[in-house]
Amino acid sequence: MIIGNIRDGIVIDHIPAGRGMDLYSYLKLGKLDCEVALIKNAESGKRGKKDIIKIGAPIDLDFTILGFVDPQITVNIIENGKRAKKFHPALPETIMHLIKCKNPRCITSCEQELPHVFRLTDREHGVYRCMYCETKAEK
Amino acid sequence: MKTRGLIDIAELTTAEIDAMMEVAQDIVDNPAKYSEKCKGKKLATLFYEASTRTRLSFEAAMLDLGGSVIGFSDAQSSSVSKGESVADTARTIECFADIAAMRHPKEGAPLVAQMHVNIPIINAGDGGHNHPTQTLTDLFTIRREIGHLDNLVIGCCGDLKFGRTVHSLVTAMSRYPGVRFVFISPEELRIPEHVRSEVLDANNIPYVETTSLDDVMGELDILYMTRVQRERFFNEADYLRLRDSYILTPEKLKAAKEDMRVLHPLPRVNEISVAVDDDPRAAYFRQVKNGKFIRMALILKLLAENA
Ligand SMILES: [Zn+2]
Repeated sequence: MIIGNIRDGIVIDHIPAGRGMDLYSYLKLGKLDCEVALIKNAESGKRGKKDIIKIGAPIDLDFTILGFVDPQITVNIIENGKRAKKFHPALPETIMHLIKCKNPRCITSCEQELPHVFRLTDREHGVYRCMYCETKAEK
Repeated sequence: MKTRGLIDIAELTTAEIDAMMEVAQDIVDNPAKYSEKCKGKKLATLFYEASTRTRLSFEAAMLDLGGSVIGFSDAQSSSVSKGESVADTARTIECFADIAAMRHPKEGAPLVAQMHVNIPIINAGDGGHNHPTQTLTDLFTIRREIGHLDNLVIGCCGDLKFGRTVHSLVTAMSRYPGVRFVFISPEELRIPEHVRSEVLDANNIPYVETTSLDDVMGELDILYMTRVQRERFFNEADYLRLRDSYILTPEKLKAAKEDMRVLHPLPRVNEISVAVDDDPRAAYFRQVKNGKFIRMALILKLLAENA
């Protein structure tokens, strides 16, 4: 599969296979007007299969969630058809509003207006826990 | 400055816990010195679920400090049953009280309350999550009974899977040097993996797991008993089989050290035979008393910090 080269935009590469769709919704890419391509199960030498997202415009994105999903994901910023920047997303200290606590005994399960907040509690293993009940976030 | 209550025992440094235990011991020794310390202050007890023992302990603590008490003891009889949020209830209580103790069936509710008010909130139990004043009670009891918190062999017996008091005790005791744990439980109710990996292994704390109380009784300095609850089991036969293997009797206690101590967060059902109650090693009713003293020390600390 070949997707037309991007002149100015963003390529999110090395997404764990099967997670591209989740990132698509986390990053709210469905709301963009520019070209967006989601490639599933691309061949990847080192990891078997991977997903890739290509965005055909130089937009501002909050990459916070990428580090939570997998710090091995790479973000490539493309300018004038060339890669201007490449980085791994950092592990955010807190994740607000992006993921929900699934513990039915958590106070967030009965008080709907409370913000869902997760904190990084184990950097080495990338573990995030709900601020209220300490339930581990599912990736 | 952000108001600080007590939501999770992990918020307290070891030095703070030790200092609070010093105060609690001083209260035991000189109660009159403290009888007017909280004169004119009000404690609100916000109990969204019944827990008579804990509520009375908080109320007695405040009364013994010369303060007064307001609150509710079950959510049905108050405005919270009309669907008021925890934040709104907390904001209302803040207008009347100087400090509050909250018990709530949902995990994290006391934290939500603390985030919205400028009076200290004490977590008096949030579902199966935290119950820091129970842990402080346990620590203070061990200190009073044994004289120190380090270099101890601590046996935890019963439901170690769902028993939050055990998880908190293990976490809190792992701060002290030379502590070793012996976990006695049926296979189905073993201490959870996350406690083993994140608390015990992470701090290089030695521990063993066994299904036999008799095998290890003679090694223990502390035996922390918990209830094996019927609702944890899929079938009655399993429950009855397992329940009866962890009943502490005078016979079993014969193998224990003379200065070993038995603790239990109470209420008990049948896991400690009443015949054990008169044994000097049975510390669980003294533990209840210690709960009031350490809560007095905590109330004093939080009111002073947020004055
Ligand atoms: Zn939660």
